[in-house]
Formats: sequence, structure tokens, C-alpha cells
Amino acid sequence: MTLQEQYIRKHKRYHRMISLARLCIIVIFLLVWEISANTGLIDPFFFSSPSRVCKSLVTLYRDYNLPAHIGITLLETILSFLLVFGISMAAATLLWYSAKVSAVLEPYLVVLNSLPKSALAPLFIVWLGTGIKTIIVAGISVAIFGAVINLYTGFSLTEPEKCMLITTLGGSRKQIFHKVVLPSNILLILSTMKVNIGLSLVGVIIGEFLAAKQGLGYLIIYGSQTFKMSMVITSIVILCVIAMLLYLGLQLTEHWYKKKVL
Amino acid sequence: METSYLSLDHLSYAYHGMHGETCALTDISFSVKKGEFIAIVGPSGCGKSTLLSLIAGLLTPESGKVLFPMLAADESPKIGYMLQHDHLFEWRTIYQNVILGLEINHLCTPEKLAKVETYLKDYGLWEFRDKRPSELSGGMKQRAALIRTLALEPELLLLDEPFSALDYQTRLQVSADISRIIRAEKKTALLITHDLSEAISIADRVIVFSSRPATVKIQIPIRLTLPDDSMLAARNAPEFSSYFNLLWEELHDDTAGTIYQKA
Repeated sequence: MTLQEQYIRKHKRYHRMISLARLCIIVIFLLVWEISANTGLIDPFFFSSPSRVCKSLVTLYRDYNLPAHIGITLLETILSFLLVFGISMAAATLLWYSAKVSAVLEPYLVVLNSLPKSALAPLFIVWLGTGIKTIIVAGISVAIFGAVINLYTGFSLTEPEKCMLITTLGGSRKQIFHKVVLPSNILLILSTMKVNIGLSLVGVIIGEFLAAKQGLGYLIIYGSQTFKMSMVITSIVILCVIAMLLYLGLQLTEHWYKKKVL
Repeated sequence: METSYLSLDHLSYAYHGMHGETCALTDISFSVKKGEFIAIVGPSGCGKSTLLSLIAGLLTPESGKVLFPMLAADESPKIGYMLQHDHLFEWRTIYQNVILGLEINHLCTPEKLAKVETYLKDYGLWEFRDKRPSELSGGMKQRAALIRTLALEPELLLLDEPFSALDYQTRLQVSADISRIIRAEKKTALLITHDLSEAISIADRVIVFSSRPATVKIQIPIRLTLPDDSMLAARNAPEFSSYFNLLWEELHDDTAGTIYQKA
């Protein structure tokens, strides 16, 4: 075996080991949970168990129209994410264009960003009623201010010499934005959006807690109020999967971009 | 007397801040003939880059004028500005990088693109046109940056220490390459450098600036007896060391009033 082959084998073994360790953790966790629930170490009424979660999944699917709940939460999350993306890009671009506007608005942005957005949810209910509109606005409110600040900071940190190059070639401020600021910040935009999709989901669930008749957030509140803990935990597990899939989607976009352009 | 292409008439400029003003240039006057290659040397931070920004029109002089006597009043000068670093964009290929200026000015005509192609072929970058900047050597990147500047067919080239970011070996090679290209294209050029031997070997005339606020201390025309026009030969010319010593003394003797009068 050549040294190169040895190296590759070692590399592959290392990665197999990592995957195995990851798998072990979840399997052991589920086993311990199941066994302690069945032997009475923990009360399955409060803590449920993996088998009860599986049963609950079937019940939810059969009696509670689970796909509709998942669908509505996904729809709300994706809509609020897309709106966050559009609004924050537009706002950050505007702030970059005008130093005056950004200087004036900066303290407002900082204050709004540090405000706990869940405090706003009751206001949204009064203003917009209990429905999908309120929930989408709640989703937007959690992510938007941080997104604007992040994007604007990235835009304004674009290498000034690269911007000057465009000026020396006879370019306008608009061209500086299109030829330098935007392309040099693609990775920042993607990483900001990876954070935002998670935050949108947080906002949507908060909204559903307070003002929904459908969705996973509603199932969690309904389950906890009727002491169906299996329902609560099942919904949380589904939320986990959704969050992972959404993140993965953006991760793939990032990989695709890096491969294509860099 | 031959008319000059560029003429600076008592140019002054100061930067203003809350804690006072900083004079960068005071009373700068000199002129440049068409096709001439001028090198400007001076202590670091003496306002040489400010001068290029004024000539390029990126800054407006506080007093004095930048004149282009050969141009009609409504004609704006075609100026190419080369910065210290190549600033090639990693998200563009070399080809896309060199046509950036044409793209910005909406000048991507077949003739202009054909010209760019010729430059790429002549200066050894044709095979690398689809590569990313990071795949090229420092010297090649600097040549690509020059082609990007030349693509807009400037008549006056402003070079702001374009070789200073390169290592010594590459620097000798690239400065030789680039000065040859600029002479072959018959461009008028103004080079800022802090490397005295570079200035002597490239330029027709060296202008020495004093420390800030910069004034023109002395102008020295360079005449080297050369077997051929390679830059390395220039460094071996018999006059080289006396020019070097002269410039060295000028730069390191800011109080030499007598020499000041000679200028």
C-alpha cells in the first residue's frame, strides 16, 4: 500500500468514526429514554417515550390532519423568510447608498434589534387579528433588524480600494454596488440568511402560540394545555426536522455558489 | 517650446478634519510632455497619492489648476489610474477582470474586445484568460491589471506605486515588463515610487518632492548610456550611481536650501 493510499484510508476511517459516534449518541439517548419510561424511572405521562412519540405521530396524522399543520407552519416560515430577505436587502442597500440616512437611522435599528420581539406579538394580534398575517409579521419582526444591521455592516466594510478602482475606471456609485459590493458580499448574504431562516421559524412559532388555530406551534400549546405530552414532543421533533431541512437547503445553495464561482 | 500634455499650475490641497487641517500639497507646478515617462519620488506620506487623485479628477484642488493644454476645452482627458494592488476580482475570470472598465463604460464593442485580446496575447496572459486571479503569480496579476487599465485606451497613465506589493525578484521583472509595455504603447506616464533605482531606470525625468506639505524640490532629467533598453542594463549604466547619489541626498537633506534654489 502506498503512503497516499494509507493516508486516504486513515482519512476515511476518521470520518466513519465521527459518523458512528454521532449515531451512537442518538441511539443511546433514545434507548435510555424508552427504558426509563417503561421501568417507571420517569413518568411517561410527563416525559413520554420514543415509542409513545411514534404512536402519537400516527394519531396526529390520522386524527389531527398533521400534514396541514406542517404545511401551514412551513408556508408561514418561508413567506416570512423571503420577506425578511427582500426587505433587509433593500434596506441595507439604501443605507449603503446614503451615509446620511444610515447615520440618522442607526440608533433606531440598534434599539429595535435588542428589543425582545416576542413582546410585540400581543400588539400584532390587536392590530392584525389572529391569522396568518399576524404570524408572518411576528416571523419577520424577529429576524429583520439583525439582518439589516448585518448586511449593512458587511456592505460598508467592502474594501474601499476596490470601490475606488471602479471610480478610477469611470464607474458610478450604482456600478460600485453592482460590480463590487454585491459580489464580494454573497457569502455574507448567504450566512446571514442561514441565521434568518432559523429566526423566522422562531418568530412563526411564537406567533402560532398566541394567535393560531393551525400549525405546529398551535399543536404544542394545545398538547400542553390538554396534557398530551407525546403530542408536544412529537411536534417539537417535527420542528427539529423542519429547521434542519431549511438550513440544509441554504447550506447546499452556499456550496453550489462556492463551487461555481470560487 | 514644445507644448506639454499635462501642466500643473500652482496646485495646493489640504485635508480638513475636526482637529485641524493637514496640508498635503503646496504650490506644485510642473509639466509633462506627451509620451514622457515621469517618476515622482518623495518621503512616504508626503502627498504623492493626493497629487494623482487631483490629476485624475477624483479630488478638486483648493487652489491652482490641472491643465491639459493639448485638449480642446470641452474634451476630457483619457486617464488610466493604476493602484498599488492589482485588485483583480476573485469572482471574475482574468478575461472578465480585464474588460471590467469597458463593461462599466458600456464600451464592449468588437474592436475594443479585439484590442484586449491582442494585449492578452502580447503580454502572455491569453492561456490564462479563463483562470481566477488566485491562480496567477503576482507579476501576471499586475500585468492583467495594466491591461484592464489599457483597455480603455488612456492617453495618460497614473501609476501609484504599482510594484510595491511585489517581492524584489518579481518587482524587477514586472517593472521592466510594464515600463516596456507603456513605452511600446506610447503612453504618457506618471509613476509614484519610493524606490530610487526603479525611478532612475524607468523614467525620463525624476521629480523629487519634499516632505509634507509637499513641494517640488528638484527635477532631474535622466540620460543613461545604454547598450540596449532593458531595465537591468539601465541599472548598470555608468551614470546610474551618480543619479542615485544625487537623488539620495535630495531626499535625505530636507534643509539643503542651496540645492532647492537649483531647482
